[in-house]
Amino acid sequence: MDKLMGILLELNPDIDYEKETALIDAGLLDSFDIVTLVSEIDDVFGVEIPAQALTPENFNSAKALYGLIRRLQEC
Amino acid sequence: MSFISYSFLLFAAILLVIYYSIPARGQWLLLLGASYCFYAQSGIENLVFILLTTASTYIAARLIYRAQAACDRKTAKRRSRIWLWLCLGIHFGLLALCKVRFTFQNVLLPMGISFYMFQSMGYVLDVYRGSIHPERNPFKLALFVSYFPQLVQGPISKYQELAPQLLGQRCYNGKQVSFGLQRMLWGYFKKLVIADRIAVAVLALKGPEHTGLAFLVLSCFYAIQIYGDFTGGIDIAIGLSEALGITLPENFVRPFFSKNIAEYWRRWHITLGRWMKEYVFYSVSVSAPMRRLSKSARKKWPKFGKRLPVYAATFATWFCTGIWHGITPNFLLWGMLNGLVIVISEELTPLYQKFHSRFPWKSKPWYGALEMLRMFLLMNLIRIVDLFPNVGECFRRLGTVFTPASVPFLELGLGVVDYGILICGCAVMLCVSILQEKKGSVRQLLWQRAGLRYAVVLGLLLAVLLMGSYGIGYDAGNFIYNQF
Repeated sequence: MDKLMGILLELNPDIDYEKETALIDAGLLDSFDIVTLVSEIDDVFGVEIPAQALTPENFNSAKALYGLIRRLQEC
Repeated sequence: MSFISYSFLLFAAILLVIYYSIPARGQWLLLLGASYCFYAQSGIENLVFILLTTASTYIAARLIYRAQAACDRKTAKRRSRIWLWLCLGIHFGLLALCKVRFTFQNVLLPMGISFYMFQSMGYVLDVYRGSIHPERNPFKLALFVSYFPQLVQGPISKYQELAPQLLGQRCYNGKQVSFGLQRMLWGYFKKLVIADRIAVAVLALKGPEHTGLAFLVLSCFYAIQIYGDFTGGIDIAIGLSEALGITLPENFVRPFFSKNIAEYWRRWHITLGRWMKEYVFYSVSVSAPMRRLSKSARKKWPKFGKRLPVYAATFATWFCTGIWHGITPNFLLWGMLNGLVIVISEELTPLYQKFHSRFPWKSKPWYGALEMLRMFLLMNLIRIVDLFPNVGECFRRLGTVFTPASVPFLELGLGVVDYGILICGCAVMLCVSILQEKKGSVRQLLWQRAGLRYAVVLGLLLAVLLMGSYGIGYDAGNFIYNQF
């Protein structure tokens, strides 16, 4: 989770990722940010996030995103 | 059948009466029948297109789903991918063929083909991605593909948000029907009083003799025309659907209040943008070749390499968006210009941040207004490429912008009264937009004040009847987005 927080804070340090649960719905992260995140996650976690997983539910909070990474790691 | 015809109004009125009179379990079948009647009015050959699209979409989705059920995961993926590409190839190939015939042989496009084709392919892609299960009943899928209010110019809906509503059972709700009819009236106001009136001047200003400042005036007039025309049509579609108890997705959220191009495209033609984002932008940016390209680029240029997939996907998306509008060079250029401005804006972000930390004006209302004006003018200049299939002619006119030339406003087919109506109409649109931006739904605000509500509705009705453009030789049937 710390590694993910590092990636997220590098993307936008002004967001409180511990509390925020509407990163996409509230427009805090846009599609450019999502693609950048996918690329960073690929580098750091060795996980390839497929296009069908790029949904607001998976990216609305750090917790949800971490859950997605864990699920993909287990596959 | 055009939205702007007495036959359509009669059709909608009869449908509403029957819809709320019959047992609710039969409502979806009535909507299907009504949709095919609506479509058949535009020509039986068009009906063949939509029936074929429905049948092939149904079969493709079932085949993909069945292929995914194979025991071996690799085989399942390979087989379902083959069916998907075959389906996409056939449908988009057919769409491309229709567009080629439209461009080079002047053969009319089947009504709304770009819209229902994209909606159908979105459904197939969602089945492939496992987001939804394919529909078992072909008639229920047929209703999703052909639901008539959104057939002509969108919005482009997703299966999971529209199908449950279409197949649900609805009771009469006076407030909802009233809201729907009010929205339709608002759409007619924008289309007939504003868009169709200013269309006359836009047509005149396209003439080769109008250069210099007239080109800038043309870009502003065209912005007003296309906004009134497209949002008016969407208001009619969403309003009628609302009266039927079915909520369609919003396609516009006051785009001229945008402060940057990314925001503009989140507010203009939202459902096409969503389609492109979900199925083109994301697919390209996380595809295997793009990952490889990004990794090798990052070794050479660590910072730019990170952004490379985003930029490549942006251009791919805007190329597709341009092609969606038409296969002529001007639409391709229009798409690429949008992509270019988005990429340049992204690259200049650090510069903007430095500027804003040095000059903290961002929260000032006047600065916000300046940003909106900048965006309005910039988008007008990009959009004007739509008007000139001959790109060279467009640039030639653009080159004359700073040469002295007067604009003969009263020789453009509009009189002083017309300009007065246009100014008042635009002021009303602006006031409504400001109210929506600050207070939310205007209809909800009016609902609590019955007297004012009746006055507004009566005013709009009178404006449409008395100030709508219905002159001799004038064709009210055409919406700009009907040609797509």
